[in-house]
Amino acid sequence: MFGLDKRDTTLLLIVAALVALAPFLLNPFPENSDLAQFNAGYPDLMQRFVIFGIFAIGFNILFGLTGYLSFGHAAFLGVGSYAAVWMFKLLSMNIIPAIVLAVIVAGVFALLIGFISLRRSGIYFSILTLAFAQMSFALAYSVLTPITGGETGLQLALDDPRIIGQQVTEGGNIPVPSLFGLEMRDSAELALGPWLFTFNIGYYVCAIIMLIAFYISIRIFRSPFGMMLRAIKSNQQRLNYTGLNSRPYTLAAFVISGMYAGLAGGLMASMDPLAGAERMFWTASGEVVLMTILGGAGTLIGPILGAGMIKYMENIISKINKTILHEWFYWMPDGLEDAMVSIVYPFIGKGWHLTLGIIFMLVVIFLPGGLVEGGQRIANFFRGRKAAKQEGKGTTEPAE
Amino acid sequence: MSKSNVTRRGVLRTGAVAGAGLAVPTIFTASSASAFTNEPTGSSVTLGFNVPQTGPYADEGADELRAYELAVEHLNGGGDGGMLNTFSSKALQGNGIMGKKVEYVTGDTQTKSDAARASAKSMIEKDGAIMITGGSSSGVAVAVQALCQEAGVIFMAGLTHSNDTTGKDKRANGFRHFFNSYMSGAALAPVLANAYGTDRKAYHLTADYNWGYTTEEAVRSSTEAMGWETVGTVLTPLTQTDFSSYIAPVLQSDADVLVLNHYGGNMVNSLTNAVQFGLRDRMVNGKNFEIVVPLYSRLMAKGAGANVKGIFGSTNWHWSLQDEGSKAFVQSFGTKYGFPPSQAAHTCYVQALLYADAVERAGSFNPCAVVEALEGFEFDGMGNGPTLYRAEDHQCFKDVLVVKGKENPSSEFDLLEIVEVTPVEQVTYAPDHPQFAGGALGTCNAGA
Repeated sequence: MFGLDKRDTTLLLIVAALVALAPFLLNPFPENSDLAQFNAGYPDLMQRFVIFGIFAIGFNILFGLTGYLSFGHAAFLGVGSYAAVWMFKLLSMNIIPAIVLAVIVAGVFALLIGFISLRRSGIYFSILTLAFAQMSFALAYSVLTPITGGETGLQLALDDPRIIGQQVTEGGNIPVPSLFGLEMRDSAELALGPWLFTFNIGYYVCAIIMLIAFYISIRIFRSPFGMMLRAIKSNQQRLNYTGLNSRPYTLAAFVISGMYAGLAGGLMASMDPLAGAERMFWTASGEVVLMTILGGAGTLIGPILGAGMIKYMENIISKINKTILHEWFYWMPDGLEDAMVSIVYPFIGKGWHLTLGIIFMLVVIFLPGGLVEGGQRIANFFRGRKAAKQEGKGTTEPAE
Repeated sequence: MSKSNVTRRGVLRTGAVAGAGLAVPTIFTASSASAFTNEPTGSSVTLGFNVPQTGPYADEGADELRAYELAVEHLNGGGDGGMLNTFSSKALQGNGIMGKKVEYVTGDTQTKSDAARASAKSMIEKDGAIMITGGSSSGVAVAVQALCQEAGVIFMAGLTHSNDTTGKDKRANGFRHFFNSYMSGAALAPVLANAYGTDRKAYHLTADYNWGYTTEEAVRSSTEAMGWETVGTVLTPLTQTDFSSYIAPVLQSDADVLVLNHYGGNMVNSLTNAVQFGLRDRMVNGKNFEIVVPLYSRLMAKGAGANVKGIFGSTNWHWSLQDEGSKAFVQSFGTKYGFPPSQAAHTCYVQALLYADAVERAGSFNPCAVVEALEGFEFDGMGNGPTLYRAEDHQCFKDVLVVKGKENPSSEFDLLEIVEVTPVEQVTYAPDHPQFAGGALGTCNAGA
């Protein structure tokens, strides 16, 4: 289907199903139970899952295929956000022009930075991209305040022109981002017994765009262009000695990857029309590296899993506070309860970075291929048992 | 290779499925069933406390959270009632808000606009918070205020001092109790003129972000109106930790006053550097060199230690105030936590009470009714004397404290002494004052 082989089609369909059913999958606990704390099926977080999924997919095209580790990818995300918010301010609240401009601006910006940075490889390349991203951050934070809003971030105002759209709503408020009248923040809710599921328009818009982005990424992975990028990763010197100029390929990969980041930035601004300079900070660039490695660099679905994992930790684990812990352990004897709370406390709430760090360490040590490798090992384990059974029937494969 | 088999039956089936899919949303209970966002229907109401728990202002965030927990306790009728006993409005009964028990959720702003908005959004969308409050930076306050306006909930700002919060970025659903840069300038200038004379040459070091700009502008225009001259203004990066290279040029200039438009760790470092360079022992133009810090907080004074002695600044509130409201608040905070509250804790506690009171008086949780109840509301007994929530820009107008680093502190909390309580008339400005120009409140948004 769609020019994909059977395995990739299955993968695409699985991802599509997961994404479509996410409101159910992420809200497994009834509304009023203690475990409702762990529900992640609210619009903002679901949007973040897919938007950062797009960001990570794009990053993986560069890092997973060519092995070039960009440490400044957040700059493109930030530039995309600013472009999108400016479209909301000047043109209209329709998200299409905003997203298109975000992708174009990020692409041009990536071309510029890539052209310079790709003259070096390895650690020097990483440092160059990091330097550019920090420079963009510093500019956005102070010098370019008239364009970027500085520390406060770029916001919409009532007196923005919005020349082809509605300037002010009938109620006298700033209009919200929409897709031809479908407001991004609108949701429908479905109550099934104690369960409550939220279906948000913004989420499904992001989800459809992510599926398209994922599809394009599969096509790139399977194309001769993707093969060339892999060749660069395995041995760029040898490739150069064959008389082939590899730089156009790396530059193309860098720009595509930057455009993905711009798309993610544009979508972020469309879901929540504000662009802040922190989006470009080096920690944000580091985050996407973590996402990709955690999920499995160079795999198709890995980055999406990694993005989901990190965003889940950031938004759910970080919100568990001491009071909630005491509720969990209330059934224990008093002394033990306090002891348990003080043991667990450093790892939740503001300590979520610590938990993330430990998980990351474990993944890198025991599952160098990321969460995807974990999945594969489990699958192999079951398959291995099946194969062992078959062996008992005496159908051994010939050794090669 | 892909193969496509389009048959009449297939098309019909797809059409039927798609039709059913499109029809499904209509059987859902649309979220617009209630009159406004997160209308509380049960026996409790949820407030969202969005404070910095990590990052440069984590200390202030922790103190804010303590104050909120205390406020919730008092609203639910626990503890000694604190300021409920001294508050001029008697609508609150200590039985929650409109009979509903007050519950709360917390979030971490990380002092980043994006993180703060994500955290506020999850409180609104996931936990059903009806009001968001807190924060310790103007960037965050402005960002979350805009979000609350869109979502249709009330935002009660925490510590935010930039003019923009109730200036060019003001919103109908947002309210600020804290004072602002303009008020700092207006309150400080006469005291400075008294203490240091009217023919001074000032040199400004300003943190390079929005709050720094508005504070510099406010202090400049107020002191220049007194006859001071501004000989230099230099922007310093927010992430700077060593200010030596910025202090050295001050020595070369003929300035005799250094104004540090810095907050938090920035101020602690720049002041320490300035003192190390011997600026305070310097004589310029036959006058003793002076340093001024427009916005003071106890936590900053603690960080800078002995260096703050004798240095002027302004603050919103201080625990040593002797009015009934302050005494009641310090008493119940001290009993619960064992030390006096900071100004951040005070403003947050008051904001929580003011919101609860407004709901009670309005008789509804509807944000528009709350906005109406707060606009033009005059109250007393909250530690700052008679106070007005001005309807035009949702800014509180009250007395401003000019403070000075204490020469002989008696404890680690007793670091500032109050020099003057500047009366509210002196710090009041027109809503269309140039420092607050641009922006519009818009109209209240009840969401849903």
